[in-house]
This record gives sequence, structure tokens and C-alpha cells, in this order.
Amino acid sequence: MIALIYIELQKIFRKWRTYIGFIAIGILIPLAQWALYAEGMRGYQSMLTRQLGDSFISGGNVLNGFLLAFITLQGLYIHFPFLIVLVGGDLFSSESTAGTYRILLTRPISRFQVVTAKFIAGLVYTASLLLWLFLLSLVLSYILFGGGALMVFVQKIYIFASDDVFWRFLSAYGFAYLSLSMVCTLAFTFSSLVENAIGPTIATLAIIIVFTILSLLPFEVLDSFRPYFFTTYLDDWKLFFTDPIDYATVINSAVIVISHIIVLYLITLFIFLKKDILT
Amino acid sequence: MNSEKVIEVTGLTKKYKKLVAVNNLNLNVYKGDVFGFLGPNGAGKSTTIRMLLTLIKPTSGSIKIFGQELKPNRSNILSRIGAIVEKPDFYLYLSARKNLEILAKISGKEISKDKITEMLELVGLKDRENSKVKTFSHGMKQRLGIAQTLLHDPELIILDEPTTGLDPQGMKEIRDLIIFLSREKGKTIFLSSHILREIELIATRMIILNKGKTVIEGTVEDLLNSESLKVQIEVNDITKTLDLIKPTEWQLNYRSTEKSKIIFEIEKSKISGLTKFLINNDIEVSAVVPIRSLEDYFLRITEESSK
Repeated sequence: MIALIYIELQKIFRKWRTYIGFIAIGILIPLAQWALYAEGMRGYQSMLTRQLGDSFISGGNVLNGFLLAFITLQGLYIHFPFLIVLVGGDLFSSESTAGTYRILLTRPISRFQVVTAKFIAGLVYTASLLLWLFLLSLVLSYILFGGGALMVFVQKIYIFASDDVFWRFLSAYGFAYLSLSMVCTLAFTFSSLVENAIGPTIATLAIIIVFTILSLLPFEVLDSFRPYFFTTYLDDWKLFFTDPIDYATVINSAVIVISHIIVLYLITLFIFLKKDILT
Repeated sequence: MNSEKVIEVTGLTKKYKKLVAVNNLNLNVYKGDVFGFLGPNGAGKSTTIRMLLTLIKPTSGSIKIFGQELKPNRSNILSRIGAIVEKPDFYLYLSARKNLEILAKISGKEISKDKITEMLELVGLKDRENSKVKTFSHGMKQRLGIAQTLLHDPELIILDEPTTGLDPQGMKEIRDLIIFLSREKGKTIFLSSHILREIELIATRMIILNKGKTVIEGTVEDLLNSESLKVQIEVNDITKTLDLIKPTEWQLNYRSTEKSKIIFEIEKSKISGLTKFLINNDIEVSAVVPIRSLEDYFLRITEESSK
């Protein structure tokens, strides 16, 4: 099984498309860091005052590595699913397109092993992309701009002492990993249904876009449906930047996200075990 | 013939809604056989091969390989089979060596790097081992397909059109390799090919499939010899020969004339009698060439079964 996971990782990391996400983040974050550094506090304060109706005035320098890490995470996180599905949507369909199921599935390995290895490899890719974001947005920002108190706006303004910040980032990244793993698993499921990577990529993105729009529409009639849209939970990582943290909501969201992942994995397994390999 | 069955297929059927791709197929492949699997396009050959390799689930019927039911013993059985199914496809973005390394890791056996090198040398790809497969021609991929088939030293080798895309030299090399693997290494070969001459040259036993059904099964020699054969006899005097045979029973076997050659359709056992008759009547016979091959047989028998 370990050999199979290693093989799946080799397949992922020897493809050009895998690095699109890494390159995009590698370009965007240093640019954002540079822009924020150049703008200084003015830019961020003007954003906050717009949100608070010009009633907010900050004192002292809150432009530090933590703030940059938060802003870049908040800004890039919305686009992260796009980068995840590029690889997640390719996990099965690339084998169909290339006809390589015929050499893979005629070896003494079970289909359960194949599905599980691909699933784990997809999760490892998601983790590696998020780790890259973590390194650039938090570690690099910290190295360049140092630490300090973190002032953020999540529904309202919170200010956290510098020694109260790092664990929040770790927890937020942990939750973000769960929700992005769900996106990856959704693309993985679609990928098992079709024979080219374009379909699963577009289908996953379409679902995310539609669900996100439905989640944001201000109609009460949709309120009862919102808990069933998985996109509702995608940005619950922000809960770790509130005080006090609503752990009941965090746990509830995490359970829902994990349930989605398990159900999607089982659906994929069922589909793949029944599938006739005709390509 | 060895009586140990390597493949035993009974009542194998595959249906796709109303389409019956394979219909109640029965076949036996014995240890050491080079088993020719023939049939026109759409006959159900690839579907059968895919069912033998668990890529497709049969609708009904039983498959036993190495005396074991395929489904519950899948892993054990597949570790003893090497196969090319249709065209040889690989991970194009990986090198030839990397592809073989990956397949070696999941072959169920310990395969050394030296073994991989040996296989690359065997198929003449050692010089290109580090080139990505996307730069390979179809023939090179076909050779790499042979290498991956033999990598784990399988007892049963299933080859679906193994010489497609190869030049004549390459085709001969593969044919020689199949003969070598069968005769010297004792491998059992299940060979599907559209090049019927190939089957005629290599196979010991064969089956002809049409519209998912078995048309005929047996040894290649018996199948060919059970039929009357067309021969082309080259003589020094066509007119005299035609006059000579006219009042005799040989006239019944006469078919046509082409330049200095006369074509007869005759049972194999009677060819010597015909040539003896001509020579005894002062006709010089310079050549006797059989022109009926498996191809004619195949075409005739599949046409008949289609009626």
C-alpha cells in the first residue's frame, strides 16, 4: 500500500499541472507582501475604516508578519479550491485518458488499494500546497516583518496579543486543510466517473460557485438549506480568529466536513469497484 | 500436448444492455500452448481478454486460471500473468525506466534494477531508458509493452496484437521472442492477433471467434489440414497439362490458370499423387506452392458463421 501511495505521489509530482498552484502562490504572496510593505498601514486602515464606517482609528504599528499572513490567507483562500481541483480532478481521469488503467489494474493490486492510494495522494498534495501557503504567508512574512499583535476584522475587530496568535494560525490551517480536503475529494469523486480531467474540474468548480452563491444570497427561504451546502463550512477557519472561539460550531463544522470526505470516498470506492475498464 | 489447463473458460458471457459482446464462450488453454485467438473486429476478443484480466466483469460464466477461480484468487493469479491489452499505454511524462520501476513495485515480486535493465536491453530500449515515453514511437512503446509484460517472469503471457506498429524486422523479433518464450522458457502464450499469418507461424492451438461466439477451436495444423488446400503448380507446358487432366478425376480439382501456373483445390494428402501423375506423363513440375492459408480459412469460416 505504501508503495502504491508513493507511486501515486510520483505521478502527481512529475506532472507540470501540479506546479501551477505552487507557482501561483509563489508569485502572489511575495507580490502581496511587497504591496503591503509599500502601502504600509494606510491601505489596511482604509480597508478597515470602509468596513466600519470611518469610525475606526488605530494607534501604533500593527503591520507585522502576522497581519500579512492573515490577509494573504484570507485573500488567497477563496481561490484555493481552483488550484486543488486541477490535481484532484485528474487523479482517475488521467488514467482513463492515457489508457494506463490497463497496465495498473492488471497487476496484483486491488481496486480498493488503488482508490485509497489515490485518495491519500490527493490529500498529501492538498497538504503540500497548503504547507507552501503556510511557509510563504506566515513563516516568510514573520521573517520579513517580524511578529506582534494581530488586529483582524472577522464580523468585528479583534486584537490578539503576539503570544496568542501562532496557535490560532496553526488551528486555522488545520481546519482549512479539512475543508480543502473535502474539495479535493469532491473532484476525486467526479474524476472516477469520467474519462477526461476537464469534466471533473469544471463540475467541482461549478458546484463550489453555485453553492457559494446560494450561501450568500440574503433570502430567509434558503436558511434551512444552508447547513447542507458544504461551502458554508469552507471559511470556518476564521472562527479561530474570534474571541471567545465558538468551539461547538468549530466541532460541528469539522464533523460535517469529515463526513462529506468519508461519504465521497465511499461513493468513489463503490463506483470504482463496479467500473468496467473499457479505455 | 500438456493436459494441464492454464485457462479454463466456461459459458463466459458479457452483455452491455442489448449488445452481447461475448456469448457463452468456452475455451481451454493448456500449459505450454501458444494459443491463437482470432476473430474479426468486434468479435469479442478484447472483451474476453479484459475479462481474463479482471478489467471487465463477466455477466455470467466462469473463468479459471492456473486451476483457480479468477475472482477470489485475483491477486495471486495476476502476479503470474504478464499482459499487453490492446495498445501499450504508459505514463507519458515518465521515462521508460521509471515506468518499469513503477510497474515492478506493484508486480507482487521483488524485481531488481538489473532485471529492469535486462528487460530494456531485451527489447532494444536500453539507450532510451531515460527518455520520456511521450517521445517514443508506437513501435518503441510496443517494445516497452513487451518489457513490462516479461518483467516479473510470468507463467502466462497474454498478448493482444503485440506486433502492431512494428516494422518487419521488429515483427520477426517479437515472433522469435514468443517462440523462444514458449519453447525454451515453457511459458504459456495467449496471443490475439489480426495478422493471421502470425498465428499460423507461431500458434499451436487456436480459436476463431465471431460475434462473441466460438466458431471453431483446435490445433492450427488440424484446422488447416482438415480442409482442402489451394496449390499453385508450375509446369513447363500448360496446354498439355490441361489436356492431360481433362479426362481424369483431377479435373474436379482444377480451378484456374495463371501464366505458367495451374491452380488446384485439393486435399493435402492428394498433392503427391497429382504431382506424380503429371511427372509420369512427361510434364515438368518446377514448383508446388500452397496458396491457401489461415487467412482464407479464417475469412471463409467467419463469413459462414455470419450468415
